[in-house]
Amino acid sequence: MANMCPYGHFTHAVVRGIPETFGKKAGDGQENGEVSVDLAKAQRQFGCLTGALRQKVGLQLIEIPPDPELPESWKIEDVAVIQGDTALITRPFKQQRQSEVEAVRRVMSELNLTVVEMDGEQGDSVGATLEGSDILFTGREFFVGISSHTNRRGAEVLADTFRDFAVSTVPVCDGARLKNICSMGGPNTIIFSNSDGAKKTLRMMEQLTDHHYDVLTVPEESAANCIYIKGPSKRDFLLHRPADECPDSVSAFQKLQDYTLLPTACSEASKLGASLSSLCLLVNRKHTYF
Amino acid sequence: MTTEAGSETEVKEKAEESAAEPDQSEKATEDSQEVANAEVEEKEKAKVKEKEGKEGKGISRYLPTWLKKQKSQSQTSPTKEAPPTEEPVSEVTQEEEGPAPEVNGHAEEVEEKEEVKSEQVKENEAETHSNASADTEPAKEEKVEESAEKSPEETKETTEGEGAEEETKEKEGAVEAEGEAGEGQTSIFQSPLRLVRKNKMKLVVCHVTLLDGTDFTCEVEKRAKGQYLFFKVCEHLNLLEKDYFGLTYKDNHDQKCWLDPTKEIKRQIRSNNWQFAFNVKFYPPDPSLLTEDITRYLLCLQLREDVASGRLPCSFVTHALLGSYTLQAEIGDYEPDQPRPLDFISQLTFAPNQNKEMEEKILELYKSHRGMTPAQADTQFLENAKKLSMYGVDLHHAKDSEGVDIMLGVCANGLLVYKDRLRINRFAWPKILKISYKRNNFYIKIRPGETEQFESTVGFKLQNHRAAKRLWKVCVENHSFFRLNAPEAPTKARFLTLGSKFRYSGRTQAQTRMASSLIDRPAPSFERTSSKRISRSLDGAPMISITEAGRESAENGREPHLELHSDSKVTVVDVSPGDAEAMPSQHSPGSSELGPPQPNQWEKRLTSSPATIRLQQQQVSLAEEIASVLFSRHTDIGLYSTAKAACIFPEPPLDAVKTTSSAATSSSAAVCSFSAPQRPLATLSTALSATEVSVPQTEAATADNTISDTKEPAKTTEVEIEETVVVQEISRAPKPGLVTVAASTPAAPSAEQEMREQEVEVQEEAVVVEEAKPRKEESISSESESEEEAEYHPYLPVSISHTQIPEEKEEEEEQEKQEEDKMPELQVLASDASSLPAEVIQPAEETRREEAESRKEDDTETEMTANAEEEKEFERETEESTDDPMVTPDEAPNGLTLPEEGVTVMDAHAEEEEEPKMNGEPTLTEAEPLPQVICCSEPPVVKTEMVTISDTFAAQKTEIATKEVPIVHTETKTITYEAAQLDGNGDGEPGVLMTAQTITSESLCTTTTTHITKTLKGGLSETRIEKRIVITGDCDIDHDQALAQAIKEAKEQHPDMSVTRVVVHKETELAEED
Repeated sequence: MANMCPYGHFTHAVVRGIPETFGKKAGDGQENGEVSVDLAKAQRQFGCLTGALRQKVGLQLIEIPPDPELPESWKIEDVAVIQGDTALITRPFKQQRQSEVEAVRRVMSELNLTVVEMDGEQGDSVGATLEGSDILFTGREFFVGISSHTNRRGAEVLADTFRDFAVSTVPVCDGARLKNICSMGGPNTIIFSNSDGAKKTLRMMEQLTDHHYDVLTVPEESAANCIYIKGPSKRDFLLHRPADECPDSVSAFQKLQDYTLLPTACSEASKLGASLSSLCLLVNRKHTYF
Repeated sequence: MTTEAGSETEVKEKAEESAAEPDQSEKATEDSQEVANAEVEEKEKAKVKEKEGKEGKGISRYLPTWLKKQKSQSQTSPTKEAPPTEEPVSEVTQEEEGPAPEVNGHAEEVEEKEEVKSEQVKENEAETHSNASADTEPAKEEKVEESAEKSPEETKETTEGEGAEEETKEKEGAVEAEGEAGEGQTSIFQSPLRLVRKNKMKLVVCHVTLLDGTDFTCEVEKRAKGQYLFFKVCEHLNLLEKDYFGLTYKDNHDQKCWLDPTKEIKRQIRSNNWQFAFNVKFYPPDPSLLTEDITRYLLCLQLREDVASGRLPCSFVTHALLGSYTLQAEIGDYEPDQPRPLDFISQLTFAPNQNKEMEEKILELYKSHRGMTPAQADTQFLENAKKLSMYGVDLHHAKDSEGVDIMLGVCANGLLVYKDRLRINRFAWPKILKISYKRNNFYIKIRPGETEQFESTVGFKLQNHRAAKRLWKVCVENHSFFRLNAPEAPTKARFLTLGSKFRYSGRTQAQTRMASSLIDRPAPSFERTSSKRISRSLDGAPMISITEAGRESAENGREPHLELHSDSKVTVVDVSPGDAEAMPSQHSPGSSELGPPQPNQWEKRLTSSPATIRLQQQQVSLAEEIASVLFSRHTDIGLYSTAKAACIFPEPPLDAVKTTSSAATSSSAAVCSFSAPQRPLATLSTALSATEVSVPQTEAATADNTISDTKEPAKTTEVEIEETVVVQEISRAPKPGLVTVAASTPAAPSAEQEMREQEVEVQEEAVVVEEAKPRKEESISSESESEEEAEYHPYLPVSISHTQIPEEKEEEEEQEKQEEDKMPELQVLASDASSLPAEVIQPAEETRREEAESRKEDDTETEMTANAEEEKEFERETEESTDDPMVTPDEAPNGLTLPEEGVTVMDAHAEEEEEPKMNGEPTLTEAEPLPQVICCSEPPVVKTEMVTISDTFAAQKTEIATKEVPIVHTETKTITYEAAQLDGNGDGEPGVLMTAQTITSESLCTTTTTHITKTLKGGLSETRIEKRIVITGDCDIDHDQALAQAIKEAKEQHPDMSVTRVVVHKETELAEED
């Protein structure tokens, strides 16, 4: 199919800066009492990530300025699902977050992507919610984790948008997000957490897929979220959590042959339930047909 | 025979009772037949009923069909000796026709005759009628017996001359059918008026909507089976890779159903609407593996329709891309100066929600395809389409256990469960243990997962029972086609058992791939007509025009053709002009088969060499079928060999191929002659032909004979198989029934045969063989239609195997190679393993063996005669070769090599052979020292390199003493890579052959045999599955690659498998003429 090519080819990354309100719940402006986060550290880590994407991997970086009114807007992955030249603007579960999409929509349009809106107000998809961190795109199919933030209606909208691909729904346990327990580690590789909940999800994915993937299991759940990019230089890059954040999993990444491993810290964001991939949207503008 | 067939059908009808009767009457009316006709039919029925009433009274209804049939047979047999009361002439005619059982319409013809008679006798009493029919049957039997008894020449002539013509005609279609009917009638002295009426009655006009939107109209006999119409369509399309396609019809509820090729059309459509559509039934997962562009083109047409209608959802971009390839394929390069391209594009439908934006995108992409040929554009189209997630997924509405609406999608990989557009579950074929339906419930039993202990059953509710059954059938067919190497034999009917025995009867993807790899014809040129849908004429002019160059190459009889022949392509042999020219006298005018209104190249070629032609009932398509038959034979062989000593005969496939090729190259005439004489034999005794073919060591001459036989036997063979099965079921002891079998083989369905059919129902080959089908239909159709539930086990239980069987097999094996004929049976049985006891095989073998032997002799004689006529030298050689016992085969497997004795080199023979060729074109093969090239007529000299994975049983292998087998001196090198001890018990252990399959390509023959052994040790039963893979090929083979491939495939099927032994066996055979 026209849109099918091996996973990992990207030319652009879209990120959104860490606002001063980082760590506050969206909408209420209150300090998050449970978790104490270090804003400066988070911004440093964000800088490291963007630096790696731009300088090491070689992507063109588009940075949307932070908006203090949108304390969670840095989790830009949630608000759009991009495949090929189509961007589905999602409808986040939290109503307060739904205004995050506006800036992203503009950027998508500027990138000449076909923007598809998700109408959660009327029609068939009333009440549909979808967040990008519940979606794993493997290059050949979508897996949608049905979670607290993403429902079946939302998945249906996704399936309707990306009709070329199989869209399978998988359960996600323990209130996690699909991308928290797995991510792509290569064109044909899925990195999976070793937790019991993750195993359940993995089993379901294995049952649902028509394709074969290599599964790289990592002992720590936080390590399961990586960013794999086959950069313009045709080299394989893997951004992963550094050894001090998940000491047991680094050895697993080293099994990946000929990869350029880029340890990228993400401790502050992860305190808020996010992960490496939450911080960026990856786009391939050099898409060629066939 | 004819009569009997008719009566059988009627009986069947009766069984169906209410359903059938209204149908018939309706149809009669529909056909513009006078009510009188309907009345006649009814009268006939009434007669039959009376008959039956006498026999079994009402009870017969409740008895299994086969029982009924038996009864009818018994009735007939006494009658048969009684002098024919009515028309002796008719008998004669029937006799002539007798050999033509292979024809599709044959059974139907018989029926027609019967009807005619009935009309005549209308006023007579029912009894008279029955007697008359009985009379005719015996005549046939006698004839058959005669032929079987070694009157090769006579049989030949009669059969070929008249029978062949008739057969051909039958296949041909309405026109032909009429002709036949006319003949039959004349013989019967019917009044012309009646004749006309009857003809009309029998014929029905079918409208088939083709993929390009045009309508194909043809006439078929009312009782024609689905396969007949399908072949007509494929022929019209010039389609060889037809196994991916099928015909659909709309049932009374406007549901699209697949026309079962093995059943009568009339009984399926259940209405007078003879409207069909030609569609892709199995979407090849990788269209690039298709052999011919025309196949890809047809697939493209289907997919375009799927996409445009929304059945195959795809994104905007994909719509645009697919549309652009469509334009490129249909229109060619973008013309920049075209005034308003968008207007043109907007007239075409590419997507359900096509809009200007999409059209602009299409145009944009279309421009980028400049320079791409239509075939390339089609390929690109398919490469993109095949990746769509819904590609090849057949969706069915259903509800899950909680009543939630879902969709069940059947595809190559398994069963998909969708809720709206979301995939919520998936059951890959390997995970499914059983598929069943009951009323409107559809169940799949799931293999327990790693962590689970018990298998689970998932149930779905469908709208109604018909939907459940339809889904079930689709599942069975898809599983068989994509997952099995060979179709699974139908479940044996148990007495009073309910449930559909439906099984996929066509070729599997593996088989069709092998078959299509053998396709050797110039790529047919065809018009991409989607843009001209409206303008296309329906007159039946051949769509495909063959280029002269292509024709020439084909006629030259070059190697490729030869190879094809060897594979089983009869067509090639026929085609070679040399034959026709050289031996015109021998050729009987069988061209009538070609009869199709639009002779394409193939047909023309065929015409040139009449002898071969009649063999091809189905014309071009026949070649494929034959190929498939050959395959099956090979498989059988493989099984046989394994069963015997587990020794593999690497040689057989090669020899056959070689012989064929050589025959084709050097003296096509010889081949033709062979085929003619053998044909009658073949019909009578399928077993023989099969045996010969399968016998690996037969020399070239023998091979040629075999080949010719093979062509015809294909259909016959199947029948025999069925018979064998029956015998087994009924009584294990070998029945004297051999005679019966032979008799039955011809079109007339004997009671036994019917019984078998019922039981055996599922014969994969059956699809290919039309004859077999009619019987099956009768027995099966009524049952399957009525059943409300059925089961299907994708996996065969291992435990079934019986120990006894293997022993017997060994003995038999020793006796003769001919037994190989059994192989097909074995296959079937094996596949059925779940239902069929392994024991069955043995009795069949014995029977066949006997038959085979006698027939072999006959064949040999025939061959000899034929040869004599044409070439004395050739004949002499053939005789020698035939008479010589086959030394090589036995020894080779054992690892005993015969020292090189004065051996003639292949090359020399090749040179000699070249002369005989009329074309005068030396075959490429000949020039090459390769063993494959062996010329046909010349003494069988074979150089062979074989890679063999030897079985444990090799030691057991006994010598096969076949008179006909030529002596071959062999040099053998055996390299054993690995030896495992697993085989230690292999010696005498009883086992059951579960499956055997042989895949033959031009240079490679892979035989896979699965041997299941069940041992009782201290109350514990231990089941062991041995899989032997024998790869046989000539020197060109990359041993390692072939081996790796075979092991890989085996591993996929049985992950736990361990490779016990790998033996590479290099053999150089040098055969000398004495």
